[in-house]
Amino acid sequence: MDVGRDLVSGVYVLGAGMHPWGKWGRPFQEYGVAAARAALADAGLHWTDVQFLVGADTIRNGYPGFVAGATFAQALGWTGARIASCYAACASGAQALDIARARVLAGLCDVALVVGADTTPKGFFTPVGGDRPDDPDWLRFRLLGATNPAYFALYARRRMALYGETGEDFAAVKVKNAHAGSLNPNARYRSRVTTADVLASPMVTDPLRLMDICATSDGGAALVIASEAFARRHGMAGAVRIAAVSTVTPTFPNTAVELPVIATDSSASVPPPERDFRASIAHEAYAEAGLGPEDLSLAEVYDLSTALELDWYEDIGLCPRGEAAKLIHSGETALGGRLPVNPSGGLASFGEAIPAQALAQVCELTWQLRGAAGARQVTGATAGLAANQGLFGHGSAVLCTA
Amino acid sequence: MLAIEGWFTIEDGLTYLLGTRCATCRTISFPCAAGWCRNPGCGGTDLDVVRLSRRGKVWSYTNACYPPPPPFVAAEPYEPVILAAVELAEEGIIVLGQVAGLTVDDLRVGMDLELTHGPLADGPLVWMWGATS
Repeated sequence: MDVGRDLVSGVYVLGAGMHPWGKWGRPFQEYGVAAARAALADAGLHWTDVQFLVGADTIRNGYPGFVAGATFAQALGWTGARIASCYAACASGAQALDIARARVLAGLCDVALVVGADTTPKGFFTPVGGDRPDDPDWLRFRLLGATNPAYFALYARRRMALYGETGEDFAAVKVKNAHAGSLNPNARYRSRVTTADVLASPMVTDPLRLMDICATSDGGAALVIASEAFARRHGMAGAVRIAAVSTVTPTFPNTAVELPVIATDSSASVPPPERDFRASIAHEAYAEAGLGPEDLSLAEVYDLSTALELDWYEDIGLCPRGEAAKLIHSGETALGGRLPVNPSGGLASFGEAIPAQALAQVCELTWQLRGAAGARQVTGATAGLAANQGLFGHGSAVLCTA
Repeated sequence: MLAIEGWFTIEDGLTYLLGTRCATCRTISFPCAAGWCRNPGCGGTDLDVVRLSRRGKVWSYTNACYPPPPPFVAAEPYEPVILAAVELAEEGIIVLGQVAGLTVDDLRVGMDLELTHGPLADGPLVWMWGATS
């Protein structure tokens, strides 16, 4: 279902802010508030100007995490503003942005604040506690010991079998993203790495090594968005425009081995859709924006593993299936290339702070499209796509234009 | 004791995954769909429990070099868990499972595996993929 372009014109990013990623071990509220205050300062607005706040939830920080909208509103100081809280796994930030954008488009508010922040435990993400044999996320650990990286490894091995890719091809993604991350003061990992470093790191889940897999991090990100009329009144007509937000779900039958499920849908009696789930995420954003991959200046994609970044190249239409390794080796997706991917450094440099991550991607698009990304600047950037996938069928893609 | 009821059965030493087949549109679901068919174009409510094919082709595979966290119970000393995603041609379904008796060096994408079962480290049985007999 394509949304008409005219309908979704006119929502702008007035401010972007982040708390640096790391393993700080402090309450997630602190990162969220720091990011929110930075975004408000960037917009030249005060918290009391905000009419609507959406908090992207965290499920690992007790009750305040489940009601993130209220938690951030209270921490910033109650103003009576309307709020919402939402959880969509890794897509939570984009889902929160979509909710805020819809309220602006509906004319129910002029200016909204979207905040996501997380504090993460050490080690593998594990399911929420308790015995829950009806929860696929619990079962995949209990019956199979299938961690998140195990699924990434299945996808990586599949690429090796289909396209002849190697660990060296995957390592090229880490080398590229570590270079970009070394230039980003908000990144957690800021050292450059070599292919040899990646290949010398311990095997975690064959064929993926430690440096192929993203870490879990603490961090916070926030955006201030507003209607076109509000942006004009505040002399910000040149602000970055949100041209599309895609929050699609899979179409039956979903034939992808999707985290956290144990089996796919059956494609025996109903043929699979024309586009698989990940490809449909970007496709819907392009359709809504009236743009295509050829119009992009840069992209931020969800590189939970190095190999997954190669999948995304194909899913968002940067190259045909099977040609992603050729594309990374061409240098076109590196800083200075034709279409840099993950100029922020990506998850490889940040690690994942779940509810903040999709918002962090849009922060990077904002700074790039303003020409304010410093040493990471993509020259003459006019359009950027952020693509992401949250488990249990939450897709997200945000397309912004200068 | 089975680690989960209703997902698989062991009869005469042979292991079978259990799914449902919709009487209206023939769509198969694994694990069993409860109540209604998961094909949104159907909506049927008459679902029959069926046994799935015992053989399939490896779609992909991996291992866990470090012990997975709870609720998985890791053997001590730890034996790396091997996982395979196996495609059942007739059902058009890919099913994950632990692999019994093979390592990642023995596995290839496209090779045939057959359903078997084995114990979790704390005892209950779970379906597993193994070499063809």
